[in-house]
Amino acid sequence: MTDSKKDYQKILGSVQKPVIGEAGKTGTWSSKKPIIDLNKCIPVKSGKPSCFNCWLYCPEAVVTRTIPPEIDLVYCKGCGICMEECPVKAIKMEEVNPE
Amino acid sequence: MVNVMDLPEEEFIYPGTRACAGCGMALIYRIALKALGAKTITTVPASCLTVLHGMQGFCSTKISVYHTPFATTGASASGILASLEDKGLADEITVLAFAGDGGTTDIGIQALSGAAERGTNFIYACYDNEAYMNTGVQRSGSTPLGVRTTTTPEGKKVRKKNMPKILEAHGIPYIATANAAYPLDLFEKFKRVKNIKGTKYFHILSPCPPGWGYEPKNTMIIGRLANETGFWPLYEVINGKFELSKPSKRYLESSKRKPIIDYLSAQKRFKSIDDTTTKIYEENIKNVWKEIKSRLENH
Amino acid sequence: MNVSEQEKTEIKENIIMLTGNHAAAHAIRQARVGVVSAYPITPQSPVVEKIAEFISEGKLKARFVKVESEHSAMAVLCAASATGSRVATATSAHGLELMYEMLPWASGNRLPIVLNLATRSLGAPWSVWTDHQDFITIRDVGWIQFMCENNQEVYDTNLQAFKIAEDPRLFLPVVCGYDGYITSHTAQPVKLENQEKIDNFIPPLNHHINLSDISQVKGIDPVTTPHIVKRVEGTAPGYYEYRYALQRSLENSINIIKEVHDEFAKRFGRSYGNGVLKTIKTDDANIIIFAMGSVASQSRVAINKLRSEGLKIGLIILKLFRPFPAEELRQFFKDIENIIVFDKDIGYGYEGVLSYELKAALYGLKNRPNIKGFIVGLGGRDVKTEHIITGVHNALNEFKQGIFTNKTEFLGLRLDELSDYDESTYFKSG
Repeated sequence: MTDSKKDYQKILGSVQKPVIGEAGKTGTWSSKKPIIDLNKCIPVKSGKPSCFNCWLYCPEAVVTRTIPPEIDLVYCKGCGICMEECPVKAIKMEEVNPE
Repeated sequence: MVNVMDLPEEEFIYPGTRACAGCGMALIYRIALKALGAKTITTVPASCLTVLHGMQGFCSTKISVYHTPFATTGASASGILASLEDKGLADEITVLAFAGDGGTTDIGIQALSGAAERGTNFIYACYDNEAYMNTGVQRSGSTPLGVRTTTTPEGKKVRKKNMPKILEAHGIPYIATANAAYPLDLFEKFKRVKNIKGTKYFHILSPCPPGWGYEPKNTMIIGRLANETGFWPLYEVINGKFELSKPSKRYLESSKRKPIIDYLSAQKRFKSIDDTTTKIYEENIKNVWKEIKSRLENH
Repeated sequence: MNVSEQEKTEIKENIIMLTGNHAAAHAIRQARVGVVSAYPITPQSPVVEKIAEFISEGKLKARFVKVESEHSAMAVLCAASATGSRVATATSAHGLELMYEMLPWASGNRLPIVLNLATRSLGAPWSVWTDHQDFITIRDVGWIQFMCENNQEVYDTNLQAFKIAEDPRLFLPVVCGYDGYITSHTAQPVKLENQEKIDNFIPPLNHHINLSDISQVKGIDPVTTPHIVKRVEGTAPGYYEYRYALQRSLENSINIIKEVHDEFAKRFGRSYGNGVLKTIKTDDANIIIFAMGSVASQSRVAINKLRSEGLKIGLIILKLFRPFPAEELRQFFKDIENIIVFDKDIGYGYEGVLSYELKAALYGLKNRPNIKGFIVGLGGRDVKTEHIITGVHNALNEFKQGIFTNKTEFLGLRLDELSDYDESTYFKSG
């Protein structure tokens, strides 16, 4: 059936399929990236799932709710919300080489 | 109140969207989808959320989205729901309409009012960043008094519309305010409405770093100030019964509220505000809380 | 022909007196639509009143979204169609204009929506009477546009419209136009077809997009760009390609429209020319009247009178207005000398729309015919047989003298009764 279709019959309504990084590697938007000091991080120190403010408040869903929390720097836009929301100031924004 | 561990770990938005760094709306949408789950269809008009959802060929969410013209959010949700009812799928799938303040309080108010009057079984969420941000920060009906936008260079001369009250007048079963800076409260509220039939309306404060003039890292700080100063009380009206939400309860006592100037002075958009306008803000907040108190006492 | 008593009864049972509006409503019911959404407007309202009645009586299992405006009606149908339901609506005049924003949205997303248009004049000045002005304003939005002459044709064209709209080679919205009052409110005998036969003719919708299938996550109608977007996950067309596909599909829909018409004729025994054009007494004609809708009906009467004067005159009735069947018309008119067009609409600032579109279609014919267009019946002014006859005489006179002009000529104007009228003095007099 597909083969007998004319070129214009294959293009119908404009549709989207889901992808990671629809806007590209958004980590390139900022050179400053959050670095977690694991000596201060509450769930790391306690060994128990707790706090996770960095995960909760991240608008980009680039932080994992794991011990320790991990940040996907390929897509992190470097907004710094996690740094502000960390109750023990365990996160600092630092210049990170994008490579 | 829910705990951070009560939220599903699963994300419904893939990383790498077109939303600005520090976007309040992105967090609101992320948390709302966690509460509603995968069996959700979103309809979204021209807005920052259309931008987040992505352009030609590719989208950034794990749930389906219908992009609809600016004025039609409420109508498109009605259409999706009618079709789901036609197919017997309406009990399985949640219809979520998500629009900005311009799309809700201005161009979309008629379609929303119609959908609410018809008792359409859907959730309508207005993320209020208090101006037309996606088109370059023009004033909307939801822009507060004194705010500088590209179409109010001297500051807006009139106050913002009270959209939740307009929806209350429709007699719908659920109305809530929320705030990007209180994701647990937001989650709990979206979770609650999943099982309420009829039209559910959310009005959610969505701090916007470029539009409001503050550093992206401060989105939650600004959002919290809106609550702490009493400017943006968090509440629910469930079947007509008014309830103050936990994060706002302590501000019933006026002495607990921070001065409004703390909120106003933290954002460039308020920089042309004078003392008279600040006084109007103080007066308005006083009146808002007086009304809240009386509504609580009447129940 | 021998018809048994039993057959007579059967035929009688299926033929009932219906207005054009109710004929449309019956077709929508029998097409088993899933979602209807509409807003009241004269002269369309009886369509949706009847549908509401069918639903409340359990004769139609559909959701009827009773919206607060026509803009919302079309928005509801776009979304419901994208969610996978068969959908329909009806409107008129300002309702159509209020829908306007949504119309290219429907065609651009390739949503097979069927819209009935009981035609009506556009204000200002305010008028609730009929002409074709609303119908012609949507000629550039990418819909298939039919114009019907009588109530049976309204019913039959609606049934064909669903099949055409949902054809997997097309996926295009269709409007069925018919004159307000003249067709919409006049009762005529209409044969309603057997439901099973209709079900066989219109198979269930197999849509190219279906939001209700949540196992396949998708976005519908995002912003497109002037470019092709290429990623490892795939390649997506740009705006230009989408619009090319829409235009090509419309151009190629004429054959599919004829095919559906022929199949309808075979199954139900009624045909309308070739499904695109209807020809009346054209075999020996060297003069042709070109018109659509109720103007064409009036012209049927006029050509009989003109033939009694000795003119070899015939009539071409345009059934399909969009896509404009230019190739068909060129074939038909290649040896015709004189054409007179009657328009119940104007492309304001230019001519009647049928007039200038026919001229454009015939450009390049070796033997260029003489063409003159007339305006008739705007705002419900009666179109009388004598107006058509006068038009033909005037045109033939001009052709003889070699006069050619784009200047519009209004038939049935009554300026002579207004010799005292001047707005600047109107409030001062009397």
